[in-house]
Amino acid sequence: MTENAVAQFAIYMLTLLTLAKPLGWYMACIYQNQPIGVNRWLTSVENFIYRLSRINPNEEMRWTDYAIAVLAFNLLGILSVFTLQRLQSILPFNPQQLPDVNPDLAFNTAISFATNTNWQAYSGELTMSYLTQMLGLTVQNFLSAATGMAVLAAFSRGFTRRNSNTLGNFWVDLTRSILYILLPLSLLWSLALVGQGVVQTFNPYQTIPLTEKLELTQPKLDANGQTWKDEGGNTVMETLEVREQTLALGPAASQIAIKQLGTNGGGFFNVNSAHPFENPTPLSNFLEMLAILLIPAALCHTFGTMVGDTRQGWAILAAMSLVFVTLVAVTVNAEQIGNPQLSALGVDQAASSFQSGGNMEGKEVRFGIANSSLWAVATTAASNGSVNAMLDSFTPIGGMVPMWLMQLGEVIFGGVGSGLYGMLVFAIIAVFVAGLMIGRTPEYLGKKIEAYEMKMAAIVILIPPLLVLGGTAVAVLADAGKLAVFNPEAHGFSEILYAFSSAGNNNGSAFGGLSANSAFYNILLGLSMLCSRYWLIVPVLAIAGSLAEKKIVPFGHGTLPTHTPLFVLLLITTVLLVGALTFVPALALGPVVEHLIMLGLT
Amino acid sequence: MKKQLISAGLMLLVWTVITGVAYPFAVTGLAKLLFPVQANGSLITGNQGEPLGSALIGQAFSDPKYFWGRPSATSPYSYNAGASSGSNLGPTNPALMESVKARIEALRVADPDNRLPIPVDLITSSASGLDPHISLAAAFYQTNRVAKARKMPIHTLHALIKANTEPRQWFILGEPRVNVLRLNMALDGKTR
Repeated sequence: MTENAVAQFAIYMLTLLTLAKPLGWYMACIYQNQPIGVNRWLTSVENFIYRLSRINPNEEMRWTDYAIAVLAFNLLGILSVFTLQRLQSILPFNPQQLPDVNPDLAFNTAISFATNTNWQAYSGELTMSYLTQMLGLTVQNFLSAATGMAVLAAFSRGFTRRNSNTLGNFWVDLTRSILYILLPLSLLWSLALVGQGVVQTFNPYQTIPLTEKLELTQPKLDANGQTWKDEGGNTVMETLEVREQTLALGPAASQIAIKQLGTNGGGFFNVNSAHPFENPTPLSNFLEMLAILLIPAALCHTFGTMVGDTRQGWAILAAMSLVFVTLVAVTVNAEQIGNPQLSALGVDQAASSFQSGGNMEGKEVRFGIANSSLWAVATTAASNGSVNAMLDSFTPIGGMVPMWLMQLGEVIFGGVGSGLYGMLVFAIIAVFVAGLMIGRTPEYLGKKIEAYEMKMAAIVILIPPLLVLGGTAVAVLADAGKLAVFNPEAHGFSEILYAFSSAGNNNGSAFGGLSANSAFYNILLGLSMLCSRYWLIVPVLAIAGSLAEKKIVPFGHGTLPTHTPLFVLLLITTVLLVGALTFVPALALGPVVEHLIMLGLT
Repeated sequence: MKKQLISAGLMLLVWTVITGVAYPFAVTGLAKLLFPVQANGSLITGNQGEPLGSALIGQAFSDPKYFWGRPSATSPYSYNAGASSGSNLGPTNPALMESVKARIEALRVADPDNRLPIPVDLITSSASGLDPHISLAAAFYQTNRVAKARKMPIHTLHALIKANTEPRQWFILGEPRVNVLRLNMALDGKTR
């Protein structure tokens, strides 16, 4: 790792951890309804929203009511995005006159954005009208993130309440998440990004003359769009002169801000944050990377504050940060070493003050190795899924790290809300394992962990691997699954495994070579995303409901303290062990084999 | 259940208006006010105010008298800014080796007596297919060819490269880089 890379990582981590405390405290105030400056000012807006929606904000919900509200709201969200895509050709704000999206792609995309996955089987600038991007996709960016945060708030109340059968009000948690947290931050971020050069306009695409004209040879088409054949049956080619460049524009900044802050990740343009209009400078890159982990990191402190012991939040954040930093080092190292097969051709991949060197296929010069690698790890640690470099072209080890981070269940920071409630489920498993070792009933934060909680926790931990490995198995057996592969051999397997790891953990990043826009993948991955989001939210709320009903057990001699370095280590071990035992065999078939091939060892 | 559905529907409607209409319009309005150039694609304009290109989007160059940008994987032609795309070629894909070899060959043919090692960014496709930059090493590698084609002294080219180099932001963020379009426009005397 170069000195500059180390310096950039240090600044990143420092900024992130410094901001986690004030933001975390602020969010705790919001969820506990404690008055602070901003929310006094916005309270009238908040109450107006409740009046419009005929909601009584003081009504408390049992866990089942809370879950039904989450599901009903998300179901309507899915239907809304689906309908917008199916009707976009007759709706306004479609200056490029894009046609309706076909049904299986619309199904996949609607689920993808409602589940905070933002898997994209389409190319933004060629498929979605401005209206669909705004009313459908941008809206779901906010709502899916807020859903995750609301569920976390409810989960936290499971620990703070005693002898209670309610967890708060979903509509209130949702409204507060957007109004006081996501919306102000997004406004701030989008303006900062526009200042750096991210586009934000409703104008149609801009045409400019090229400095040097291009020649393009392509098959000649007849009036029906069919290729012409000569008498011998050969395709007739024609040479066209390209004199102009069309710049795709749009209201991008407003969507990018929330795509990063809400760990959504769905790009405005096809290549996501690698596009110069989506991420033009190193500073915009820094801001976007910061936004990926900002809320997930800060929520740890929110949780600590809400349960009345901030050390608990810091312990969780420490566990996440340790795994994160280690894996960043692995990826940046693999990418900096580069591709030995290129060195053999006399290509210079060494880092110097004149170039970043390393594996530059699928990377942008302004980001180089350091920022491309850091982004890849951050985006998959969080369930963000946006990219600023093409992961499919990463070295085998460099690409394995993002894949494994998703497979760990998106708990190293993870999605906003969902990452932390996932990690807390792992914490419950960790105290259970520790309890078995010393032969005592496990407790976490003063609540006894019993059979019911463990059953629900097991579901939360087991569903994603089932979706990932099951889906991969189906796809590698089906012709429709294998046909979509772009790169040959081991890397082709990695493309499929990556797609299901991404969908089965609601991440949304991809090895982009896979032609995922087919009915087979759209439906299979769509169902995967659906299951991994809602089959986790329901048992998580069930745990919270059960915990809230219990009384608080005082801290005793047999209680395992959960804020110590020992517990941090235990938690990390639990996460890594589950992740390793489940996925090492599959990873061995993909990235590991490819690594050996690349080194010429097979 | 019915009550929940009604609340869900009304909530969705309210938030669609706020986050889907009010928010993007507010950002667009503010962007127009505060950063009109950036919000519309950071266009480089000529003397009459006509757009000549975007400072953020690369263009394809293959004439020896121009500096070349990075290989672009957009289709149907390079640097198609209406359809961004990377190559997605994996590190062990034979097709990657083929394209790298072809690019090395093109560079060698255009400049046969150049025996410098070829900087990696000059033979690998960018992530967006629209990368406006090359590394300093890639710019220096090409000075010999451009100097011969334009019959210009090398030191003039070095000065132009320096003038069109963007350093690390705030001395630390990102990588130092050369904007290819700006450099070539400066060569043609279109811009200062």
